[in-house]
Amino acid sequence: MSDTSDIVVPRKPTFAGLRLTRTAIFAGSVLLFWLVLALFGPWIAPHGEAEIISGQTFAPIGEGGLLGTDKLGRDVLSRLIYGVRTTLLLALVTTVISFAIGVTLGFAAAILKGWFDIVVSRIVEAFMAFPSTLLALVVIGAFGTSITVLVLTVGLVLSTSVFRVSRALGYDIGVMDFVEAARARGEGTWWILTREILPNSTAPLIAEFGLRFTFSILFLSGLSFLGLGVQEPAADWGLMVQENVGGLFLGSSAALIPAACIASLTVSMNLLVDWFQQRQQGETVLEKIDQ
Amino acid sequence: MTDILTIKHLRVEGHPPGGAYVPIVKDVSLNVGKGEVLALIGESGSGKSTISLAAMGFARPGCRIAQGEVWLNGRDIMALSPRDRHALRGDEVSYVAQSAAASFNPALRIGRQVIEAPLWHGASDAAALTADAVNLYRKLDLPNPETVGQKFPHQVSGGQLQRLMAAMAMSCGPDLMILDEPTTALDVTTQIEVLKAFKDIIRDQGTAAIYVTHDLAVVAQVADRILVLKNGEMVEAGPTDQILHDPQHDYTKTLMAAVRPAPHLVDHRDTVAARPPVISARTLTAGYGTVTVLSDVSIDVPAASVVGVIGESGCGKSTLARVFAGLTPLRKGEIMLDGKAVAPNLADRPREALKDCQIVFQMADTALNPRHRISDILGRPLEFYQGLKGSARADRVGDLLELVDLPRSFASRYPGELSGGQKQRINLARAMAADPKVILCDEVTSALDTVVAAGVIDLLKSLKDRLGVAYMFISHDLSTVASFADEVVVLYAGRVVEKGPSKAVFSPPFHPYTKLLLSSVPEMQQGWLEGVANTIEAKAASAGSVVIGAKGCPFSNRCALAISGTCETVVPPVRELSGGLQIACHLPADHLPLS
Repeated sequence: MSDTSDIVVPRKPTFAGLRLTRTAIFAGSVLLFWLVLALFGPWIAPHGEAEIISGQTFAPIGEGGLLGTDKLGRDVLSRLIYGVRTTLLLALVTTVISFAIGVTLGFAAAILKGWFDIVVSRIVEAFMAFPSTLLALVVIGAFGTSITVLVLTVGLVLSTSVFRVSRALGYDIGVMDFVEAARARGEGTWWILTREILPNSTAPLIAEFGLRFTFSILFLSGLSFLGLGVQEPAADWGLMVQENVGGLFLGSSAALIPAACIASLTVSMNLLVDWFQQRQQGETVLEKIDQ
Repeated sequence: MTDILTIKHLRVEGHPPGGAYVPIVKDVSLNVGKGEVLALIGESGSGKSTISLAAMGFARPGCRIAQGEVWLNGRDIMALSPRDRHALRGDEVSYVAQSAAASFNPALRIGRQVIEAPLWHGASDAAALTADAVNLYRKLDLPNPETVGQKFPHQVSGGQLQRLMAAMAMSCGPDLMILDEPTTALDVTTQIEVLKAFKDIIRDQGTAAIYVTHDLAVVAQVADRILVLKNGEMVEAGPTDQILHDPQHDYTKTLMAAVRPAPHLVDHRDTVAARPPVISARTLTAGYGTVTVLSDVSIDVPAASVVGVIGESGCGKSTLARVFAGLTPLRKGEIMLDGKAVAPNLADRPREALKDCQIVFQMADTALNPRHRISDILGRPLEFYQGLKGSARADRVGDLLELVDLPRSFASRYPGELSGGQKQRINLARAMAADPKVILCDEVTSALDTVVAAGVIDLLKSLKDRLGVAYMFISHDLSTVASFADEVVVLYAGRVVEKGPSKAVFSPPFHPYTKLLLSSVPEMQQGWLEGVANTIEAKAASAGSVVIGAKGCPFSNRCALAISGTCETVVPPVRELSGGLQIACHLPADHLPLS
């Protein structure tokens, strides 16, 4: 029989299969740079996190520290290097929390349907009806400003859109025949969720993770800027913008440098997600234009 | 004869994501003259569609026309700029796709879409074009030609939509029309009206046409010449008559040998002695939401036998399988498994009951989780039903692979690394892993090429003989069912219209619907279409469409023999005829159609 004979399908070698584009390499390098800095920051930074190194506040670039000093005469470069830790770690933790909540509930709603779906979806919609910053302001205002409250609040706020995405994914994959086959076999909800649906939704979820991560950085920075996030003397990029915004009128770049760093992080992350999504769809933009 | 289209030494290449370009079509040359129909035939992946698209100077995303010339009306269109090529499409050349339902924009009225191309090319103004379109509708034998353009695509039947698609393709008066499997997605009864319409309009307008299909019986009806393709290469070319009756190349001979004879001509299986049913349905009613799909269906599947379920799309065949499996809960009636009633919902069924009744789906590739290895796909039911673990499980997986004639080494593969036929074998092996008493086969061979499908049927037969498993074999392919099933059930609009032993169902007397179905299966002789399309049965059938939940006989609006006043209002009685045949019809037994 022709269909019983073997057909040879070569498996792709793992690294060549990555198909990195120039943008992906660039964005990846930027992210890698910040990651290395976050890991080895304390050994690299010329000064301490909250160490006042100069009597001159808002010293320009090159005087005082390499990147100048901030409103209290602390070294901007050192605080920047310490800040990348806080910024990245908080963003990572909040994104993981939002995924844990959002994906579990979203898939469960897609499989169980019925009243569970209705109740959870309406609650999520109620949450989404509030502007996210306002919601965070209310919760943090009520429970006080601590890192735990901050992380949980931001995680919860972000989980609403993760819920939406994973519910839609779950509905799409849930009607596929292999899920029906598992259901006909008598498999329980947990098996269908973790073994049938989850492995088939990793690609869109990874892309979503990158986007949520970016959003989380911006959101946390925004909260820090409003004074609700990380508290002094700890260093955080959003906080640094807030502290030093007064220096803008004195010609200091102490607020602009952390803002630019936030931008570099989020833009690189977005570029990487774009590349990943295009790769999943089989073609990169350049290859499409090529035709 | 002047050639409308000439293709010389065409080579089309495509590349998988990230891979290098590989040839899809290699050195193909062809020509089509005015008023001539050239058929491209071959198995899936043979490059039929790619060639037909190249005739418009078009390559799918990820593909490119690497070499060759495409001459249309005496111009090499590959030498034109992309913009000039755009101008040709929908003006000198037009294209009819396989699925009309997916090609129409559901948000726009049909008439507007039909005249879109000529309007865009500035051929005339909308009013004049609409008048032309109405003439086309009339030529294509569409009901209510004056008003059909005002409807939305979902308001007309699939066959009508495919004919409207042809109207769209003809609206610009093309010199070349490309028909890519235009009737493959249609039921046999609708296929006739569409084929007839295509043929008439091509003859009327003197258009050249390329007809892509894998169905040789269809080719016999429409084509003047045939080009046989395999793996992107030309195998044989010649006039229809010669290719069909005197094929020269071995591959063409294989293709011809795989054509199944008409259902009433096959050797039917002898009636088996009465066995107790393994699964049966009593007065079953089921549906989705507010729609009732199945009403009052009673079916028995005896142990170690094959019950074929036939009927057109939308008649409730798949729903029947899903109700048996518990995936769709029934509304009324009951399901008996091994003589014991089982819960309608699968969550309430004991594991033993789930094990005994397995289901295999039509789409082999979507039924296998692409992220699981074959060892996990086959191993899971072993673990789930029989508690097998570790090396015992791995051994059994290997045995199962051998059972379906696949090498043991396939266990470490992913579904994406298998061909369509191999995937369907894995699906069967997964069902067999549960050691069931009955397997519900839902169109398991419909998505496969003829030769591969024949292999799967042989496998099903041998599994039944060796292991004594019973099948409920759902298919719209009458020839396969006729040669394979012990008993046959004919469904129409969710009701059983005829059932009995295979031999009795496929020989007279017939239910009028069964007769229509049987006479609609295309035969491998030229001129068959003209004969069958003009019968009163075919004309009556194309006048109406399937109505679900009719008050009386659901077939009354398409039946040439309907007794007006009775058939529409009264549910037909079930007539018990000799040989265990049951027919639900108002016509007395001696008035039922005989041939």
